[in-house]
Amino acid sequence: MIVGRRALLGGAAGALAMPFVARAQANPIKIGVQSIFSGPIALLGTSSKAAVQMEIDRINASGGLLGRQIQPIYRDSKGQPQEAARVARELVNSDGCEILLNAEASSGAFAVQEVVRDLGVLCVHSNSETSSLTADPKMRVATAFRSARQGVHDAIVGGSHSAKVADAKKLTKWATAAPDYAYGRDTTAQFIEFLKHFKPDVEIVSQSWPKLGQPDFTEVITKILQAKPQALYTPIYAGDLSAFINQGNVYALFSAMTVFCPPMGDLPVLTAVKSLPAGIQSANRYLPTFPDTTDNRAWYEAYRKANNNDYPTNWSWENACAMKFIEAAVKKAGSTDGKKAADAMRGITIEVPFSTTGKVTMRAEDNTMVDYAIGWGTTVPQAPFVTGIEAADWGQILELEKEWKKSNGYS
Amino acid sequence: MDLTALADCVTTASCLVTQTTSGLIVGMLLFLVAAGLTLIFGVLKIVNFAHGTFYMLGAYLAFTVFQITDSYTLGVLAGGVGMAIFGAVFERVLIARVYGANVLMQLLICYAVVLICDDLVKIIWGADFKAMGMPPEFQVPPLFIAGGVVPPFYILLITVALVIGGGLGLTLALTRIGKIIRAAAHNPSMVSALGINTTLLYSLVFAVGGALAGLAGGLAAPVRSLTPGMGFSILIESFIVTVIGGMGSIAGALIAAIVLGLIRSFGTIGFPLFTEGLMFIVMIIILVVKPSGLFGKEIV
Repeated sequence: MIVGRRALLGGAAGALAMPFVARAQANPIKIGVQSIFSGPIALLGTSSKAAVQMEIDRINASGGLLGRQIQPIYRDSKGQPQEAARVARELVNSDGCEILLNAEASSGAFAVQEVVRDLGVLCVHSNSETSSLTADPKMRVATAFRSARQGVHDAIVGGSHSAKVADAKKLTKWATAAPDYAYGRDTTAQFIEFLKHFKPDVEIVSQSWPKLGQPDFTEVITKILQAKPQALYTPIYAGDLSAFINQGNVYALFSAMTVFCPPMGDLPVLTAVKSLPAGIQSANRYLPTFPDTTDNRAWYEAYRKANNNDYPTNWSWENACAMKFIEAAVKKAGSTDGKKAADAMRGITIEVPFSTTGKVTMRAEDNTMVDYAIGWGTTVPQAPFVTGIEAADWGQILELEKEWKKSNGYS
Repeated sequence: MDLTALADCVTTASCLVTQTTSGLIVGMLLFLVAAGLTLIFGVLKIVNFAHGTFYMLGAYLAFTVFQITDSYTLGVLAGGVGMAIFGAVFERVLIARVYGANVLMQLLICYAVVLICDDLVKIIWGADFKAMGMPPEFQVPPLFIAGGVVPPFYILLITVALVIGGGLGLTLALTRIGKIIRAAAHNPSMVSALGINTTLLYSLVFAVGGALAGLAGGLAAPVRSLTPGMGFSILIESFIVTVIGGMGSIAGALIAAIVLGLIRSFGTIGFPLFTEGLMFIVMIIILVVKPSGLFGKEIV
């Protein structure tokens, strides 16, 4: 066989290029994923990680991102803000992460936001629902985004839905019980604001602020009962919510008033609570039946299959969105550089099963996700656990959010 | 601060009954854990920082046995017996090696056991929370006494805790073994010189302390979420109880636990944003007035 000069040169060039290809493959894109993997809300971390890993496995199986495999580095912040900030810095400076997927609760997310401001890497906050993280221009960071649902969106929808139920049942005396940190205080204030917007004659007769991870809610429950409200709003979640329900049941709390609990609609809670009271008004956190689409059910089945039959949570779909946004933005930018990828992410629309339209958008004006599925329904003791889910009107959400931002000096 | 609401509550029979019961239930579960802590300190002068872990493991054991047998009683007993064995083994294998050693060494060993057990719980039961659920026999509506709400399950818990606490107090005061334990707390060398096996005695004290914490974990399991690390929050409150009551005093622990429970239940009405702080303020006041705690001189 005679090898021509061109073929020989081509072969030589190919051979010379081999190490670069190999190096690219051996030089993965490291993504730092930090969350709470221990303590009473470890479910936040474990169910976030499961969804992130599913997306990473999918991307890597299809050849990676920009020809490079993705290597996640998972770190536990234990829910402590100072630890969250330290971990974020370490992930970038010591572990060489090019992107941060910050799956912290709000307390950690605010701390990480300042680290991102300093380091300039691309960051997606996937679990923090506290609105001011992205709504407040002073808090906003050019390379940081949010792929989580937002408190103010839930408050608008919750306020609108609750006002309808309150009108029908004539509920004017309300109590609240929320975790004593940014998320609990923020979401409660916003819920009350929008509840009163839709139903001005509402009166708040009692407010309680239990600590996050508090083992016993007895004194909170009895305080609520003493105030004799007709309705209770509580955004307590995960293990705390399970304890709250079990302890509330012994006091017959749920038959004494109509309870509005947005975080109730999450399968791990719904299935863990052994005596789920019927009639609790709840938002969808994550439900395979809402949106009622083939894609959503398929994702649900795939998640359970990949994760020992565990149930996905609200945090799971938010983190799946985070990875999909990162994938789309890095592809579009052709780079993991913080500024370039952030420019690409701003305003991008991706296809996901977690929206009634099949798409969610990273809104350019404030780096936050919109158009995800929000709805409210009523609990029943057996599967599907939440029924009669009414989808929210995103036109109304955006209009009222604009007014809310203006009234808070955010725009 | 809402002193009007607090005044309204203490002058209304329904509120008084409900909040008092609420305070008692919080206090009595705390007492069971703190009683073991204070007993171990009283006799062995060991501050058992791993005591919250006994509570956690007791709850998980009760949860598992309840799942297998559907019997709450067996679950609670398993929590108590399991932690008695664990306590004795813990004392023999680890703590016995650091008697008289630097307190930092004792602290280090206890902390290591806390971390190891938390991780073991994650491996065995998973990192997510677990809920035992209310046993069917207690799924009954609450009672209304003077207009106040009192759940029958909590009456049971308070009664069981009082019986255990009373039994422990009487055993220490009236029985031969109780007298030996009290004597060992005062003068272990003399007890040893009298031919009493103090090695066995110390293991027994740890076993009783472990059993009390395990029973508390099992009793509380139907109404609390089970999570790795759940022992930490109760440990802090148990220390407050032990310090207020006087290190080493069972009676002090009982009074302090009830006081703390009542502070929580009435504090949440009068001082909703300062309930936790209130507990520490009471502790500071008592320590300033009586540095040894309420029953500090009364060594077990």
